[in-house]
Amino acid sequence: MSDTRRRRRLGEAALGYVFVLPALAVFGVFVFYPLVKTFVLGFYRTPPFPNLPSHFVGLSQYGSVLTSPAFLDSLWRTVLFVLFTVPLGIALGVALALLAHQRLAGIRIFRTIFSSTVATSVAVASVIFYTLLNPEVGLLSYWLGGRGGAGILQSPTLALPAVSVVTIWQNLGFVFILMSAALQSIPDDLMDAARVDGSSMWYRFWHVTLPLLSPTVFFAVVVGTIGSFQAFGQIDLLTQGGPNNHTDVLIYSLYQQAFVFNNTGVAAVMSVLLFAILLLLTAVQFRFFERRVFYGR
Amino acid sequence: MAAESHPGYGMRSHRSTLLRRLLRYVLLVATALVVAFPIYITVVNALLTPQQIAARPPTLFPLHPHWGAFASAFSTGHLGIFLRNSLIVTVTITLAELVTSALAGYAFAFVRFPFRRTVFFLCIATLMIPMEVTLVPNRETIVALGWFNSFPALIVPFLASGFGTFLFRQAFLGMPGDLRDAAALDGYGHWRFMTRVVLPMNRPVIGAFAVFAFLSAWNQYLWPLVVTETNGVRTVQIGLRQLQALSIDQTNIIFAGTVLAALPIFVILVVFQKQLVRGLTAGALKG
Repeated sequence: MSDTRRRRRLGEAALGYVFVLPALAVFGVFVFYPLVKTFVLGFYRTPPFPNLPSHFVGLSQYGSVLTSPAFLDSLWRTVLFVLFTVPLGIALGVALALLAHQRLAGIRIFRTIFSSTVATSVAVASVIFYTLLNPEVGLLSYWLGGRGGAGILQSPTLALPAVSVVTIWQNLGFVFILMSAALQSIPDDLMDAARVDGSSMWYRFWHVTLPLLSPTVFFAVVVGTIGSFQAFGQIDLLTQGGPNNHTDVLIYSLYQQAFVFNNTGVAAVMSVLLFAILLLLTAVQFRFFERRVFYGR
Repeated sequence: MAAESHPGYGMRSHRSTLLRRLLRYVLLVATALVVAFPIYITVVNALLTPQQIAARPPTLFPLHPHWGAFASAFSTGHLGIFLRNSLIVTVTITLAELVTSALAGYAFAFVRFPFRRTVFFLCIATLMIPMEVTLVPNRETIVALGWFNSFPALIVPFLASGFGTFLFRQAFLGMPGDLRDAAALDGYGHWRFMTRVVLPMNRPVIGAFAVFAFLSAWNQYLWPLVVTETNGVRTVQIGLRQLQALSIDQTNIIFAGTVLAALPIFVILVVFQKQLVRGLTAGALKG
């Protein structure tokens, strides 16, 4: 190989590394290093007083957290929260997208309204509903009936559903945008053909529209499930995990272990378990759904 | 993707079409009312006095709007500082993510270097590792660096994006293959090819990612909460948390604060609607 060619190739390699270095440095320091460190921290039991050394306990802390009722309860509540938010949220998003997918004058206004909740962050949505659900001055608690509506967020049975409704509402704009874009990418002639066949609207939805939407629905299920597993802001703002831990989902109890009780060891174990759950979920969902999902074209 | 494609409606009897159309509008309006109500009532309540908000039956139209709550949100609620902080953090993160993702995406698409596949895989792997999983050691890192309660704590961990890198690489690879050869014949090196050909040609995906990055950074909650402790650096989402704690005779200020916190994103939604839709749907749709 000639000298100039080798030098050019070396130069190219150097350039490549210069280009990826900034990203790689950030990922190294703030993603990979802390990921490894999280695993390691899980092997050490945090002492009851800050000045004592932490003990190496190996896997035993993983065992004790995995079998602790507090962890299992918060895991179960997180699963419930996912089941409350994801299916209903996606169904509503699809319904809105179908509703707005019509040739009507002024339809653009409705599309803007339906997508408007993307402008609200989790914090904005939570603070709005927190105030509307205030037992004393909240409009929603007034409408939901003096006594019955008052203190929804303070009710052990209604708090988690209420937090779920806020979450669904806050995500609705995003799901709507997603589903609308997918609907618009379905070729017109396909729908026309189905219509000419004389099939009913219901039949067309189940046998034409939904199969064609399924990749997007699949994407929304994955993203939504992962998002709901990471829910924190709405819990922190609406209920602080209460009443009586009834809304104490995984991330919220992780946050409390880490920054309220200063129990780094337990928090690290919970982080690792969360990581495992999310990895597993993504894998399972891909396996399960990919067979049913219709990738046309 | 067709921009405006709707199902066409065949000719049915005139009256039934009219009735159907009316029915559709009724359904649309009813749904829109429910979806938009929380936002509407927030704006209305921001313009009422606390007494009016608490009054029953409730006031649904602000006939005599009071604008004082917005001023109070700035004075009592410190919204000005919070908004400024959010703007600093969000703009810096967005610009940095654009630069680092474009550079890395370009390298993965066009530059040959050893272990390119491995390095690319590492970038993709970051998508599987959410912030929450690495929260505890990351906060320790920030404290060790002496960055606790400072802007670098809010900014530096987000100077790169696995999603952006992946998105840009895919977009760059989707360009016609002989483009690089043609540019090389014209004597274009990598830098000129990237800045004069690749980046201008990929303006849509860059715009989409910019909006997405801005939105994500603006809405961050957990991380800013655990690495800040004073108003001087706290972002507006955390500011809302403090605002929420105001007493019930200041609810109008709470509502005004949420309006102000959501306003920048609302403006983006209106001005950059196309980019926003693209940014949010990237990854979900092929093509």
